[in-house]
Amino acid sequence: MKIVACIKQVPDTEAEIKWDIPKGTLKRDGMDPITNPFDEFALEEALLTRENYDGDIIAISMGPEKANDVLRNALALTVNEVYRLTDDAFAGSDTYATAYVLAAAIKKIGDVDVVFCGKQSTDGNTGVVGAELAAILGYSQLTYVSKVRQFDAANKKVVVERAIEGGIEVVEAKLPAVISVIKGINEPRLPNLMGIRKASKIEIPAWNADDLGVDKSKLGYQSASTKVVEIAVPPPRGAGEILKGEIDDIANAITDKLIELKVIK
Amino acid sequence: MANDVWVYIEHKDGEFSPMSFELLGIGKGLADGLGSNVCAFVIGENIENITKEAFAYGASKVYTVEGSVFKGFRADAYAKASSFLLDKHKPEIALFRATSQGTDVSAASAANLGFGLCTDCIGLNVDGGQIKMTRAAFGGNYTITVVNEKAKPQIVTVRPKAFAMPEKDASKQGEIVKEAFSISEDDLNTKVLEFIKSEVTVNLVEADIIVSGGRGVGSDEGFKVLKELADILGGAVGASRAAVDSEWIPYEHQVGQTGKTVKPKIYIACGISGAIQHLAGMRTSDCIVAINKDPDAPIFKNATFGIVGDYKQLVPKIIEKFKTKLNR
Ligand SMILES: Cc1cc2nc3c(=O)[nH]c(=O)nc-3n(C[C@H](O)[C@H](O)[C@H](O)COP(=O)(O)OP(=O)(O)OC[C@H]3O[C@@H](n4cnc5c(N)ncnc54)[C@H](O)[C@@H]3O)c2cc1C
Repeated sequence: MKIVACIKQVPDTEAEIKWDIPKGTLKRDGMDPITNPFDEFALEEALLTRENYDGDIIAISMGPEKANDVLRNALALTVNEVYRLTDDAFAGSDTYATAYVLAAAIKKIGDVDVVFCGKQSTDGNTGVVGAELAAILGYSQLTYVSKVRQFDAANKKVVVERAIEGGIEVVEAKLPAVISVIKGINEPRLPNLMGIRKASKIEIPAWNADDLGVDKSKLGYQSASTKVVEIAVPPPRGAGEILKGEIDDIANAITDKLIELKVIK
Repeated sequence: MANDVWVYIEHKDGEFSPMSFELLGIGKGLADGLGSNVCAFVIGENIENITKEAFAYGASKVYTVEGSVFKGFRADAYAKASSFLLDKHKPEIALFRATSQGTDVSAASAANLGFGLCTDCIGLNVDGGQIKMTRAAFGGNYTITVVNEKAKPQIVTVRPKAFAMPEKDASKQGEIVKEAFSISEDDLNTKVLEFIKSEVTVNLVEADIIVSGGRGVGSDEGFKVLKELADILGGAVGASRAAVDSEWIPYEHQVGQTGKTVKPKIYIACGISGAIQHLAGMRTSDCIVAINKDPDAPIFKNATFGIVGDYKQLVPKIIEKFKTKLNR
């Protein structure tokens, strides 16, 4: 099987965030990058799929130079090939443009059976790139996947479990498919030393807009249909009231206060 | 009208809840600001009841696509029908709930139409004829306000319960616009084999009351006490990542940046320190009660009511008081 994993480098949420205010985009350089936590599950699922069904894994990441770190981590985990998608024209892309570029890379890779991505990124937080990617490619759209039951590569089919509101939906889908995975689908492994050493020597190839044959007018900050006009720090909720006294008094007071809200039916 | 506000009505095999219609409330507000109408659009197999209900919740028109191929929700089928409707009528904006179904349909529709979309909005208003959309970004540490200058319709998902439910008036009626759109089974990629209902009866995202536990709860036994409190209040049980990682409770209960985003009316946090990533998932709750042993825990800075103490002593007492006061 030909397996693609889409991974993204995100700033560590512990770190201080810098916004490029006029553009309303994150200044991604100068921040400590980590692999988007959800994408670690995507990468692991790709590795498990290769173990069970054979094939090659190609990891792709769209982003600046720093994105090489997450691709190198993927190499250390023994994925077969990696590509960084980068072009000045990509800067400030919205979700559609991002999915469009990723889709172009997947078409260039060719004959792909399955694309794994994380449910959402922890920086942009939109959680829609997987679904958009599937729509653009015309692949099966499998989101919120908590378990891959079985691939049937010969008949080009896959059965997955989707964790949605109220339960688990079991879906059979045609391949190729885009599978976006949630936390808990697996236990991501860590690279070993040999893997890290090997990966450190590999040159990471980059694909730009021309390599991908994408239409630049659909890309980047100039064409993004959503524009940020204001960035604010939400007002702190403000510390409220601390209830003091004996346990019995506190329990009395808090139950009164909550009943007063008239929310409890 | 060309600048109408459309609201996608989600349902599952014709089953719906009042929450399916919640966005007709804010939709009406936006339509008033734009001088247009709020309309609903419904895709499905048997949707007559839903259509009726949409009028009761304030839709002035309901656009429908009906057919047996739409039996049971499937993202590709519904997104194709939704893209068709949106492309044909080009309303100003289309609102979807930020649920799994709303996200699947809106994202694929936006991609089919070649637009970006704004997701999980918590604020929407019309300013000088332009719709401004506010969402939390980066772990809830910032809010960003976005305008969409190019897309028509603008496609938006809205956080469940971010806006008030519209009033219901069963006597209201309106115009139904039935659109013919069909796809053959061969053009669809997916088939639902079965649905395994979760034992968790209350849906975290829809719950009005959530009793949540963290590392401080100490064990799965501890969660039983929280569950008892949640049951008395008709609420759901939530958890921090530390509690989920300790395997005291399954991941579907996790609240926070890498879990669910919730906005209940009451959120009771027991033994949760209040890390940024946890706050990201619950800070917009109406009333937050924090129970924590450590008076310096950051959760207290965000709590409406704080109680410094051991949950093991407090929660059973609180259960006892509720039982008496609520006659349960
Ligand atoms: C990328 C990333 C994503 C993350 N996503 C999430 C997420 O989605 N959700 C999430 O919750 N976290 C998330 N985290 C983890 C987060 O940073 C915290 O580690 C986590 O929320 C801590 O959980 P906690 O408050 O239960 O535990 P702790 O921080 O250990 O706090 C336990 C608290 O319990 C109190 N306590 C102990 N015993 C008692 C008692 N008997 N009675 C009362 N109080 C008691 C203690 O005083 C303490 O304040 C994420 C982290 C990262 C890096």
